[in-house]
Amino acid sequence: MKQQEIEKAKEYKYGFTTDIESIRAPKGLNEDVVRFISNIKKEPEWMLKWRLKAFSRLKNLKEPDWQKPKFPKIDYQDLYYYSAPKSVTDTPKSLDEVDPKLIETYKKLGIPLQEQKKLSGIAVDAVFDSVSVATTFKGELTKKGIIFCPISEAIRNHPDLVKKYLGSVIPITDHYFATLNSAVFTDGSFVYIPEGVRCPMELSTYFRINASETGQFERTLIIADKGSYVSYLEGCTAPMRDENQLHAANVELVALDDAEIKYSTVQNWYPGDKDGKGGIYNFVTKRGACRGKNSKISWTQVETGSAITWKYPSCILQGDNSVGEFYSIAITNNHQKADTGTKMIHLGKNTKSKIISKGISAGFADNTYRGLVKITSKANNARNYTQCDSLLMGNECGAHTIPYIENKNSTANIEHEATTSKISDEQLFYCNQRGLNQEEAVSLIVNGFCKEVLQQLPMEFAVEAQKLVGISLEGSVG
Amino acid sequence: MLDIKNLNASIEGKKILKNFNLNIKPGEVHAIMGPNGSGKSTLANVLSGRKGYEIEGTVYYEGKNLLEIPIEERAQKGIFLAFQYPIEIPGVNTNNFLKTSLNTIRKFRGLKELDSLDFLKLVKEKSKKLKIEEKILSRQLNVGFSGGEKKKNEILQMSILEPKLVILDETDSGLDIDALRIVSEGVNSLRDKNRSFLIITHYQRLLDYIKPDFVHVLVNGKIVKTGFSDLAQELEKDGYEGVSIAK
Repeated sequence: MKQQEIEKAKEYKYGFTTDIESIRAPKGLNEDVVRFISNIKKEPEWMLKWRLKAFSRLKNLKEPDWQKPKFPKIDYQDLYYYSAPKSVTDTPKSLDEVDPKLIETYKKLGIPLQEQKKLSGIAVDAVFDSVSVATTFKGELTKKGIIFCPISEAIRNHPDLVKKYLGSVIPITDHYFATLNSAVFTDGSFVYIPEGVRCPMELSTYFRINASETGQFERTLIIADKGSYVSYLEGCTAPMRDENQLHAANVELVALDDAEIKYSTVQNWYPGDKDGKGGIYNFVTKRGACRGKNSKISWTQVETGSAITWKYPSCILQGDNSVGEFYSIAITNNHQKADTGTKMIHLGKNTKSKIISKGISAGFADNTYRGLVKITSKANNARNYTQCDSLLMGNECGAHTIPYIENKNSTANIEHEATTSKISDEQLFYCNQRGLNQEEAVSLIVNGFCKEVLQQLPMEFAVEAQKLVGISLEGSVG
Repeated sequence: MLDIKNLNASIEGKKILKNFNLNIKPGEVHAIMGPNGSGKSTLANVLSGRKGYEIEGTVYYEGKNLLEIPIEERAQKGIFLAFQYPIEIPGVNTNNFLKTSLNTIRKFRGLKELDSLDFLKLVKEKSKKLKIEEKILSRQLNVGFSGGEKKKNEILQMSILEPKLVILDETDSGLDIDALRIVSEGVNSLRDKNRSFLIITHYQRLLDYIKPDFVHVLVNGKIVKTGFSDLAQELEKDGYEGVSIAK
């Protein structure tokens, strides 16, 4: 390896590509491609119709352009919308049928796909480019009546649930990227937790973009029936490529009466190189509906990757006494940009929401918190607490906080706090004087800054996330 | 242990230390006294490696050119600075910070890293010995600590990290008599034949509790007088003015 490549590999250790034969849809975005995807997924007619409806709506929509990070126009005709390893086009029945090369890839990424590794106690669904390659612990979950499978499988095997809930939180006409996703989504995870069941393990999906010039459009749908509980985690990585790759996912959560969904994300897509070349455009729509009374949805996100992160995991607090939470760490280094936050829409009575956002900006990066707290006229006694903290490292980066508050109810109680601080030379010197080097010191201080959010992550991932926080900022202090 | 020869240090073109010389042997306790602006804190900063100074002259620590060693390595090699103004680091748990620090230093010394259980045992033992309330360690590093608590925390860190050369930068300033006693007892309990101390202070009262082997008077960037511990009392009586003229 050339010195330069070694340096590069150090920066982003997931940047390798897997040399694997793949099947692709013809390049470009048109009705035939939508049909191709539906066909290769062996979808029923109703699903194809749904996709085509989205596709026809797409023609009348324009990309939104109010976001802070601007980017060159995306040529949607120059992308592949479907790419799958040849060996899994017929969904494998068990792990033994999965291409060993794929298993190897996930091993490299530290994702255990072997069910023997019971110790890890996490059920994993792995999505490689456009298809789900393996879902672990299926047997154990089935016993409890839990459905955890690729969404393509759910469309075939659980059509009633999918028909009822797909698009019920994010309508197909919501906005350009959500509609695009509805037309061409390829795979993702489906979770259904039956009434009164507490999911006994973390459910996790691991997304990997491998193919070049390929967009990833996954779709996740999680339904927690009455009185159930589930904790779900997604992780993502991609190879280092000089071009920008588009990732436009839709995630819908539905919590019925007394149900709780905890959704955690550790996003580490390729951020581009030091000069801002390449990297993923992470334009994701995530929305949860607290449809039942006393329901709760909690989003936790650790966003360290991507060239541009543009997302607002939101909660629609429909049910009385429902609770929405958003805990976020967004780290941008070098030329990365983020415009992220949440929307808390209070519709029901006594609904509560809490927003804790930690933005960290280093290098030439730009980090924006944008959030909406909306309290409607019927949402009596609604409460919101928002705290937005920004940490700056160096003099070339930026941090912005743009909170929107719309209140139509005089009984509401809304609190907003915001701080901006810098890592001081004094703090670094103090740590150095106690034997820590610069990177250890930065990692320690930043992890301290993010503590309230890191605490929300499932234990198994908190340690990983802490390390990631340190790694993402390596070299950011001279 | 520490050999400083013809040390000159300036900051933003202003000369602070001028041809400063000092030799500290293992086990010795040296006190540096001097008026405000005489260069006391600059000396502590230069020795611990704080950036921003232009430096000439030589400083040898255990036979090695100290000025070429990065800050964290100086700490790992056993130099400990008790800060005049310990900095607050929000969100960072004091125990966690200290454990990270201790294990980094232990690793450097080729010792096994301590797990949480052993670490907590050590902390319990040390804080009890120093009569420092253990509960400050479960708080965020120096955040909301009173002046006394900050200084006590420095002393506790010192006793846990077991450095070879301790530099106390005006650790006594702003302490009430009880805190002063705790700090001094902490220092005294660590005195041994291999550990040296450089105590930087403005007032003589700390030296009522810690008896130094040598007292140096620093005026205008230079040591103008060196003596034994009775020199401190003399200073208290005549002031720095008297000493520098007498020379």
